[in-house]
Amino acid sequence: MRLLQNGYLTGPLLGALWVLTISATVAVAMSFATGDAFRPSVLLSLLSGLAAGAVALFGRLPQIAAALALAAAGFAGAGPMATGDISVLSALVGHSSVAAFSMLGLALILKGAHPGALSRHEFEEAVIRFLTGFGYIFFTAIVLIPFYVMVMTSLKNQSELLQNPLDFTLDFSKGFGLLRSYQELFQDFNFGTYLINSFGISVMTVFITLAFSVPGAYAVARLRFRGRAAFSRSILLIYMVPMIVLALPIYIAFSMTGLRNSLFGIVLIYPVTTIPVALYMLQGYFRGLPAEIEEAGLMDGLSRLAVIWKITLPLALPALASVSLYVFMIAWNEFLLAFMLLDDPSKFTLTRGIASLNSSEIPRQHLMAGAVIATVPIMALFLGLERFMTKGLTAGSVKG
Amino acid sequence: MSVSSLPPSGTTPLAKREARLAWGLLAPTIISVALVVVLPLLAIFWISVKPIGLADLRPPQPIARESLRGSDDDLRIEYRLRNSSQDQIVADVVLTDTIPDDVEIIGDLPEACDLQGALLRCEFGTIEGGFRTRLRLPVQAADEELAEERVEASEPVVTGTADSVLTNLTFTTDNFARIFDGEEFWEVLGVTIFYTVFGTIGAIVVGLFAALLLNKSFRGQGILRGLYLFPYVAPVIAVAFSWLILFDPFSGSANALLVQMGVTNEAINFFGERPLALIMVTVFEIWRYFPLSFLFILARMQSIDTDMYEAADMDGASPFQKFWYLSLPMLLGILSVLFLLRFIWTFNKFDDIFLLTGGNAGTRTLTVNVYEQAFAISNIGAGAAVAVVIFFCLLAFSFFFFKFISREEGL
Repeated sequence: MRLLQNGYLTGPLLGALWVLTISATVAVAMSFATGDAFRPSVLLSLLSGLAAGAVALFGRLPQIAAALALAAAGFAGAGPMATGDISVLSALVGHSSVAAFSMLGLALILKGAHPGALSRHEFEEAVIRFLTGFGYIFFTAIVLIPFYVMVMTSLKNQSELLQNPLDFTLDFSKGFGLLRSYQELFQDFNFGTYLINSFGISVMTVFITLAFSVPGAYAVARLRFRGRAAFSRSILLIYMVPMIVLALPIYIAFSMTGLRNSLFGIVLIYPVTTIPVALYMLQGYFRGLPAEIEEAGLMDGLSRLAVIWKITLPLALPALASVSLYVFMIAWNEFLLAFMLLDDPSKFTLTRGIASLNSSEIPRQHLMAGAVIATVPIMALFLGLERFMTKGLTAGSVKG
Repeated sequence: MSVSSLPPSGTTPLAKREARLAWGLLAPTIISVALVVVLPLLAIFWISVKPIGLADLRPPQPIARESLRGSDDDLRIEYRLRNSSQDQIVADVVLTDTIPDDVEIIGDLPEACDLQGALLRCEFGTIEGGFRTRLRLPVQAADEELAEERVEASEPVVTGTADSVLTNLTFTTDNFARIFDGEEFWEVLGVTIFYTVFGTIGAIVVGLFAALLLNKSFRGQGILRGLYLFPYVAPVIAVAFSWLILFDPFSGSANALLVQMGVTNEAINFFGERPLALIMVTVFEIWRYFPLSFLFILARMQSIDTDMYEAADMDGASPFQKFWYLSLPMLLGILSVLFLLRFIWTFNKFDDIFLLTGGNAGTRTLTVNVYEQAFAISNIGAGAAVAVVIFFCLLAFSFFFFKFISREEGL
């Protein structure tokens, strides 16, 4: 470790790793964007990174010079990123972004470093900056790539993708033709109905859950009764019963009572899976509200129920919003019960509808278009109300 | 009479009223949870010792069809009666039907039958599995077409009592013998443990790393935080299929990319090969649930007092030292809570593996095995037996959970 704490070693080593990271990232990004052949050359990346890291220690001008050198090396075919037979434009974009991001990143990473021996602080700062940069790239990539593939696949057709699975470029001359698989889903596969079903079921679930869990949560949070502690604990216990264990008897009971294949049956069952979560989240919030306001209400002659309605609930609105969103998300994303209990294509929910698209006869852009249709509303809701959602997730998402 | 100045002892009427209100408010929740959680749990235990398959869910019953056949002299009402089951008996089978007054019964009634006014009643006693028979009642009618319509409009009612495997008192230990039999069970258990342990630890470590990244304020921090939650918020079916398409052995982008980068020469079947499939589903689990641990850990990090870090700075602690000696101990509580909760939830996970591999290629966990036994092999009893095994594992986990969770805050 001591040995490493020297600018002449730290710089080149971090440089090598960073340039490799960047060339791999740019190669992947460019491949996904253009479908052209890009590939990081490991050996050249490490070598040029060593040099770049060393040069980056000496200030702005050498860094700019190094960036130009990297770009030039790239065009000459000896840079960190190798390319196949590609257009001039994508080569230009690719090589210059490798060079620019490499040197920009290195300039930031090695900001506090200098030639010669480094203090422990300077050394660790540099390492942490490298790890931070790497982390941002890594996480953004792993999160975005599946969603990118999902959206782009839904806009292409099967034969195009079989030819070159990496070519996600869109042919904008097709105009609305790009959205053909969506159009077909809504016209031929009933997805409009599924969307409405899913939405209706989720909203119903939210309301039923709230109607059950608000009084329950209030009782656990505020009222004194024997068995209160035991009760608030056993709520958590219910989380731990896996759905598949319950799904089997529920399937049998529904088969025998004829509730299978009915949306009514689904609406009966979904809220029960969410009530414990909601109750647990809400009681935590109710406890945090000042009891004095409620006591004042009681003194002024309100009944307990009126206190809940007129005082507690208005105060708990943010919590109600979080809980509603969270419950909506659970109901919207629920797959197992819908899959087991619904067989009739006219009564599917979205998730069940997507599952039915998973067959070799249906082209996969339909499958992905279905996935997009299910994902977009919940994402929009989530991004629009991110504050509530995050809070709801942290408060109650013991549930997976 | 002296008024006592002592406070009331025992339960006062007011306290009683409060308790009654509390139970009243909790009643709907308790009832619904009992119906959907407790009852099914008991049912699972019951079913696990029953020799029951998917087909036995419908108890055997007699089925009758009625039609008016022939014409003129040969005109007759025909009842066709059969047992829906091929191998089980139905007892006390009785068919009743109303004969409309457009037809007139001529000739003898079949032996089993008896006519009172317009009401026909036929007793068959006990019928064997696979039993079928045909009853003929010669009739005459003025208007045959009208008669046919009227006769077939009055559906015959047929009743019988049959033994349902679900409710009778035949018990068996075959289900348990079957699931514990052979190496399959141990393989399933091994897969479950691998998936649970690595999925849990992986999600927490990756989540910790993500939380460290975002534990500073900069422009775009909110956007990145929202972005990093995507895997958890999106419907599992959407992301699972995206992964399948991304890693498809024939036309997946991941394989194309790896070939292009020179990592591999031929396509890799990520979700179809042992042991790669198990690793991939574990990676998927980590990918999908790191946002959750990241959110929890970030919330805890942001509530750590900064004074401590300032003091450490004064003492010359390096960044890694600060993380190791200050942050990590502060996070230990939330990390252990997360570990326990995620451990239990990963153990319970069904959807993800079911969608990705269907439990093939060495990825069958206990929960997937429930489905496999009950629906793929159509042996509901064996599925329930696996569910019972899961339940006992969870009982053990929740014992630990409560032992530790009571020490930790809030959760």
